[in-house]
Order: sequence, then C-alpha cells, then structure tokens
Amino acid sequence: MDCVQTDSIQPDIVKAHDVARYYQLKSAGFSTRRGVVRAVDGVSLSVSTGEVFGLVGESGCGKSSLGRLLLRHEPVTRGRIWFEGADISRFSAARLKKLRRQAQIIYQDPYSALNPRQKVGRIIAEPLEIHGIAGGAENRARVDWLMEKVGLRPGQAERYPHEFSGGQRQRIVIARALALNPKLLIADEPVSALDVSVQAQVINLLKQLRAEFNLTYIFISHDLSVVAYLCDRVAVMYLGRIVETGPKTEFYDQPLHPYAQALLSAAPRPDPFSKNTRTLLAGDVPSPIHPPNGCAFHPRCPQCRDHCRQHPPPLEQKSPNRWVACWEV
Amino acid sequence: MPEPILQIKGLITQFQTRRGKVNAVDGVDLSLGRQETLGVVGESGCGKSVTALSIMRLLPHPAGSIAAGQIHFQGMDLTTLKMADMRRIRGNDIAMIFQEPMTCLNPVYSIGFQMVETLRKHRRLPRRKARREAARMLDMAGIPEPVQRLDDYPHQMSGGMRQRVMIAMALSCRPQIIIADEPTTALDVTIQAQILDLMARLKDETGMSILFITHDLAVVAEICQRVAVMYTGKIVENAGVQDLFSRPAHPYTVGLFQSLPSLGGKQGRLHPIAGMVPSLNNLPNGCAFKDRCFRADRHCDQPPPWQAVANDHQVRCWHPMESG
Repeated sequence: MDCVQTDSIQPDIVKAHDVARYYQLKSAGFSTRRGVVRAVDGVSLSVSTGEVFGLVGESGCGKSSLGRLLLRHEPVTRGRIWFEGADISRFSAARLKKLRRQAQIIYQDPYSALNPRQKVGRIIAEPLEIHGIAGGAENRARVDWLMEKVGLRPGQAERYPHEFSGGQRQRIVIARALALNPKLLIADEPVSALDVSVQAQVINLLKQLRAEFNLTYIFISHDLSVVAYLCDRVAVMYLGRIVETGPKTEFYDQPLHPYAQALLSAAPRPDPFSKNTRTLLAGDVPSPIHPPNGCAFHPRCPQCRDHCRQHPPPLEQKSPNRWVACWEV
Repeated sequence: MPEPILQIKGLITQFQTRRGKVNAVDGVDLSLGRQETLGVVGESGCGKSVTALSIMRLLPHPAGSIAAGQIHFQGMDLTTLKMADMRRIRGNDIAMIFQEPMTCLNPVYSIGFQMVETLRKHRRLPRRKARREAARMLDMAGIPEPVQRLDDYPHQMSGGMRQRVMIAMALSCRPQIIIADEPTTALDVTIQAQILDLMARLKDETGMSILFITHDLAVVAEICQRVAVMYTGKIVENAGVQDLFSRPAHPYTVGLFQSLPSLGGKQGRLHPIAGMVPSLNNLPNGCAFKDRCFRADRHCDQPPPWQAVANDHQVRCWHPMESG
C-alpha cells in the first residue's frame, strides 16, 4: 500500500506506514473462540505538526487500538511508525520512556484514569517525578500553574478525585498529560462521557490549550460533530483500515467513500425542520475475526459490485488532499 | 394537543441519601398524548430516568419513594395502585426499554425462551403459538432469520441486535405506551439510525405513544413531537419540538443549544453553560439555574413562575427569552 503523504514541506510529527496490530484470541474458560483479531490492519497516515487530526469510526473499528499503537503502548505486529523522523516501531523500553515526554494520551473515562487514593496535586506532579524533571517547590509551582491553565483552582490540589465532577476530572487528566510539555496529545474520546454543557467547556479548553502549548492533537471520536468542530483533517476507519481521509471541509461537504457517506447521513442533526433523507445501512459491522473478503464494507455497501467482493481496494489519492479506499469512487 | 393517555401531576419522588432526603423529581407535571412521542431531555442527574421509574413504580426500595403527586392512566392513579395490579399494567399497558439491553435479558436463557415466557404469561398464548408470535415480533423488529435467532443466547448477538430484541419483547404484549430510557445511547450512529427508524415505524403501525428519555437534542429532533426539558428535578420548558428548537425560551435550553457543535463545523467558540449542575441536596433558593444563568437577577431568588410564552409552550423562568 502506498504511504499517504501530505505536503512534504510541512514536517510530519507522526507517520505510519502499513501498521498492523493483531491480537491472538486465547480460549479462556468456556470460550472456544480461536483466531486472530485484526484490530488494525495496514494503516498508513501522516500527521503534520500543529494540526488536529480526527480519527472517526464506530466501535470496534480499531481507532483506539491505532491511537495506542502510534505511541507504542502496543507492540507493532507489522509496519513502521515514525515520530519526528525517528522510527519508533522497534524502540526499547528506555527509549519509549523518553518518547512519552513528547507524546501523551488521554482517555474517555476520567473516573478510572485517576488513582482515588492520591491527592490531585500528586497526580499531576507524578509525571514530573517519573521523568526527574522537577522536585520540591519548583514541582508545586508547576502543578499550580497547570491547574490554573486547565481551569481548576490551585487550592484544590489537596483534594481527592472523588470530590470533583466528571468534567473537572477530565481537566485533571489533561493537566497531568500536559505536565511534561508534550508536543503530541492523543485524545481518545475525551468528551464522550460528559454532559453536553460540560462537554463544550472541555472542547473549548482543548482548543485553547492547543494554541497555548503549540500542540498537535490526534482526536479519536465516534462523534462526527465534535470532530467537525475541532479537527483540521479527518480519517474514517472501518474494520481496522482507513477508508477515507481528507481535509475537514471537503470531507464534510462531500464524503466520497460510501461508508463515510452513510456515517454522515446517519448522524442525527439537532434540526426538527430538516426531514431526513437518510441512507440507512443494513446490518452490523462484521466481526474483525472473520472480516469479509475483498472490501470489508462490501456486505453493507449500496454500491457493491462483483469486483468489490474479491479484491480489497487500496487507499488511493482521488484529489490533491484526499485518499479513498473504494473501487467505485 | 392530542388527548392525553398518561398524565402526571405534581410528582415528587424522594431518595434517602446519607445527607438527608433529596427530591430527585420535584413537582413534575407532564402529559403524554395518544400516538405522541414526547421527549424528556436533560443532563445526568436531572431526574429524567427517575420520572420513568416512578411511572413504572420500579424505584429502588426502600431508598426511593413517591412522596406526592398522581400519575393518571386509564382512570387509575398509578401511584396508589397495589403492586399486584401494577404488575398487570407493566408490560401489558406500559412497557419500558433501557439503554443497556443486558439489564433486561437473562444471559442464561435463549431469546426465544424469554420471549415465549413473556407471551404466555401476559397474553396467555399456548406454547407453539407464542413461539410463532415471538418470531413474528423479531421479524417486525428487523432481525434477519427470526426463527433461527430464537434459539440464540443474548451473548451471541451484537448490541444493536439485542436492542432490537428488547424492543420486540416490549412490543410483544401490545402496550399502549413505551417508555424508552436512552435506548440508543450505547449504540453506534449507523445502528442508532436503524433503531430510531424502527421505533418511528412501529409507532405508526401500532398507534402507541412513546415517552423518549434522552440527553441528546439531535435525537429529540429526529423522533419527538413534543419536548420537556428537565433541570434538577423540575421541568423548565415544555413545547412542540419545532417551537423549542426555533424559539427556546429558557436560558438553560438556550445554553444547551449553544453547547452543541454542529456538523457543518463552521462555528467560532462554543458557548458552554458556566459552572456545573448543583448538587440536589444543596440547591440554591429560588431558581436552581440562577448561578449559571446569564439573565439572572434578584428576582431569581424567588421560585420562578410556570408561564406560557406561546400557545402550547411553557417555561419556568422569571426572564424567558423574548421571541423573535
């Protein structure tokens, strides 16, 4: 598969070439399931410095696995990953630890991400200690500063996580991720567990921090409107592969891949006046243990032809900035 | 407005907590019209699910109880009904579907067994007929090869399939009202679209009414005719769906809309509501929203009036938004 490259003048912070992550299913207990889950199955992408890259797809499409893979929180089954030009796909643990300073990840659930028995100040300071960056008074000053940056009062550092609401806990998680002054932040559904009004607060915060800290985001979400709001470029995943990628405006104005079209048309709109003309997809996402032959989307695709059943389509460039994996586009 | 099939008056539902009693539902008036889909929206903890559980009399015992109010259904007041009578209403007249289908499906029995049991118990069908009817219901809910799927166990199905099974089960006793508590929240968008489509179709076919509880305004726009917005146990605004979306009157409703990123993605900054929902055992005097409200003044220290801002559009506010 060809490597997807954006304008080569812009430096890429992360680049992946044909990366894959397979999980071996073990039979456990009464389970008799055997086989290989192809969570990520040959993804190539590049994210340039300073951009917000959105990764969308439905549950089980491999978007979270890909996020973890890009930071090498998972071993790579196949393919190569570069971070700022360095091939990190075979990095040792010691070198990965150094990498973590520059690239952090935050998750959806701020409840399980925080140790309930640690005070918030300690939680935020922990990365500084692990990486031996600051100690004592300097450490405290940095924690206070970080808390202020994410909209918490420094006086709250002596409290425990349970004293905070969901939105505030997500702010704590963000403060901890920013403690090391990373260049890249992978955000895996960071606002999905929050109520709408609080969700908007955290989205605004992420937007503001990006400018302030010169961050690059990889934003993983199932919510197309949040992605539309935050991201510069979007990639749609289906069964472990990217089926379409392109700049936000072009993508939302005119999605090219039939799955991307269906996904956009299925998203409910807060407008009772537009009576929908939805393309409803039949059936469910197939199992990643036994993906269909040919194009993985063909059993649900309204435009499926014989050719699609036999041969998986490569991700091809269809216009200057857009790549689509479909025979019919 | 269509003739109401279910009418709630002054409902107060209390929960005993470690810090004393709180009113999770605090004086709710609501009426559900025949063949109407009424949306109840609000953020977590606003009392929307507790309202549903109060109607079904499924409140956790002894922590939760109905302290005041009536729920009128077919000439009865559900709040005073004996449990045995209530059991006859559940499923037969009013059925409920939940966010997580596994809370209502038993993992150790096949789908068919559970559906046949329901049909035999509630509709007194003989076994073979019940099985045929179960297959017919699955078919109606859009499950392919329904006869074969009857022998499947819940874990053999995907989330969307299980949701369809739960809807089929809820509909199998031909209830007049379905209470749907976040039925699509755990589902992916393409599956959510299928389920919403299914519910709208089944409503037209069977003529039932739906009380649709959700936090998602976009889903409300898709499926509801009328909407009630809840905040800290009270209904703060009630209107037809088009009216609510084009002329929201309560500052909280306005705040919810301004918090929504749109699919077009050509917005500036989002305008979230300041602060957070106050704790139910520590509500401010007067209007519970005043500390977060951009229109609040000293009037708001008094409980706000429930007033009409238009025909069939009421709001609980001292300073509703001017229309137009």
